[in-house]
Amino acid sequence: MYKLFLRSLISVLFLLGLSLYANAEFKVGFVYVGPTGDHGWTYQHHEGRNAVEALGIKTTYVESVPEGADAERVIRQLAQSGHDLIFTTSFGYMDPTNKVAKDFPNVKFEHATGYKREHSNVSTYSARFYEGRTLLGHMAGKMTKTNTIGYIASFPIPEVIRGINAMTLAAQKVNPDIKTKIVWVFTWYDPGKESEAAQALIDQGADIIMQHTDSTAPVQVAEKAGVWSFGQASDMQRFAPKSILTSIIDDWAPYYVERSIAARDGTWKQQDTWHGLKEGMVAMAPYNSAMGSDLIKEVEQLQKDLASGKAHSFTGPIYDQKGNILVAEGAVADDGMLAGMNVYVKGVEGDIPQ
Amino acid sequence: MSFDLNFIGILIGAIMASSVPLILAASGELITERSGVLNLGVEGMMIIGAISGFALMVVTDNLFFAVVGSMLSGLILSLIFGLLTQSLLTNHVATGLALTIFGIGMSAMIGKNFVGIPGKEFPLLFLNLKESIPFLGPIFFGHSIILYFAFGLPFLTNYFLKKTKTGLIIRAVGDSPTSASNQGINVTLVRYSCILYGGAMCGLAGAYLSLIYTPQWIENMTGGRGWIALALVVFATWSPIKVLIGALIFGGITILQLHMQAVGLRIPVQLLSALPYIMTIIVLVVISRDSRKIKLNTPTSLGQIFYKEK
Repeated sequence: MYKLFLRSLISVLFLLGLSLYANAEFKVGFVYVGPTGDHGWTYQHHEGRNAVEALGIKTTYVESVPEGADAERVIRQLAQSGHDLIFTTSFGYMDPTNKVAKDFPNVKFEHATGYKREHSNVSTYSARFYEGRTLLGHMAGKMTKTNTIGYIASFPIPEVIRGINAMTLAAQKVNPDIKTKIVWVFTWYDPGKESEAAQALIDQGADIIMQHTDSTAPVQVAEKAGVWSFGQASDMQRFAPKSILTSIIDDWAPYYVERSIAARDGTWKQQDTWHGLKEGMVAMAPYNSAMGSDLIKEVEQLQKDLASGKAHSFTGPIYDQKGNILVAEGAVADDGMLAGMNVYVKGVEGDIPQ
Repeated sequence: MSFDLNFIGILIGAIMASSVPLILAASGELITERSGVLNLGVEGMMIIGAISGFALMVVTDNLFFAVVGSMLSGLILSLIFGLLTQSLLTNHVATGLALTIFGIGMSAMIGKNFVGIPGKEFPLLFLNLKESIPFLGPIFFGHSIILYFAFGLPFLTNYFLKKTKTGLIIRAVGDSPTSASNQGINVTLVRYSCILYGGAMCGLAGAYLSLIYTPQWIENMTGGRGWIALALVVFATWSPIKVLIGALIFGGITILQLHMQAVGLRIPVQLLSALPYIMTIIVLVVISRDSRKIKLNTPTSLGQIFYKEK
């Protein structure tokens, strides 16, 4: 009896010590949807992680985690193994993140591009990529000769539709004759399909290609065909040095550093972050000199104005495809409308897949 | 949509390019199946071929080595399948599935260091003829050597199976391994050769993707094309020429549906995306309705384990 008691006491103390040890060091975990070398979405999140690591904070990452049941297992594993702050970096991790957060109230969770904050230890964050799309639209409207812009779209969610609309509005402003042709590929990442889509758009007369998918395939097709293109998520210039006018860059590093420090120092609070050009979460790669210095100056000015708030991507009047007014003259779209955007603006061809 | 003749020529050229991996993999698998072996590892062998080809291109900077290496790696993977199913007499279906899973995982591991490296330009033949001859130029010229090989392959395969002695032996082994064995044919050897040939062709199909079609390495870049190739063999009722037709229809509708979208046709996009699969099946079922011919072409012992009693 006495021995048994002693044994259990020792094991309890051991476990306690172990858990204390595990908790002793502050650790940050990252869950990625793709490989760190995708040169797009995940690559940029990984750059953010590197910035956190550079502060001397210990980090762990798990890459290529499919959205779904596996995701919950991975997030739970990270929470169990003593991570204090966990970044889940894809839209599809939304429900798993909230589910795990419920069971680990002492662990902080940060979910990218989602909107569910069911527990007080879940924050969400995203970037105003559409501000970058506005700049692309301006360049596209000026650079196109065929007045046709080809757009490879992934899934019909507000995020993607917002990008299409922002681009089209900006292009129309500088070139009222432009048309936006869209091909939906229903994938984030399938280089074969993305190149076929890019080629189809080029064959249909598009001389500007942009994409809301993650691979570098479309810009490579554009390079070969001799039309203009834009990089997505990170600087893709070296994959298509002649063709790329610029790339939209997602810069998560400052946010990751700020939130990691807050969590370590105990000042972390739940919040919903939506940062853009102003805060630097959206940045632009160097502009291709083939655009000419006048256009580059124009775009740089527009970039400054968007950052300072002097210009807004969605300034009225904005009409939908049927001609109904969406945003009145002089007004700008509020964040609620932007977050739920599910109609095309006038000038976009085709219907949104339902 | 502009409907000038040259545009249609360009379109047909694009369709041909997109069907090459299917033709190569399906032609290889067709020979394997004709010998009575069902290898479901096509996707795995393709993806291993894709990464090996790309990795060798990066390391050696030589496209010839890359192409040969991709075929060798597909062959090595199929050798594993051969050892398991022919020498250790494991179940074909389970082994093939395991091979696919193994290939996908293995390729991702090897590929770690090759992600995000831009590919090298693969030489295209007769580029000047492509530009100078309207309509026919973009159809017949300006392709890679592998495309020409792929389009010759079904005819060669057809001739080989029907007109040569070796072809006859393969068919005999596939139809009745016991009778073939009694005739003094080494069934295991024939099946091994067919498995290895299939593996090499799947490797080449993968290399076409990573070296020519989308010159880069990306995890899972075959995107299920191996499974489509497998299905093509069955729906084409083991006829090489019908495999070619099926691959062209599949590639054709895949590309056409993107064009239809770009034109802005008001057809639900989901339906358009499903169209290649539906149409390929319908067409192949319709052109191979002759049940007598199906019986003639189907390898009777497909997927059955054969062992010689001693």
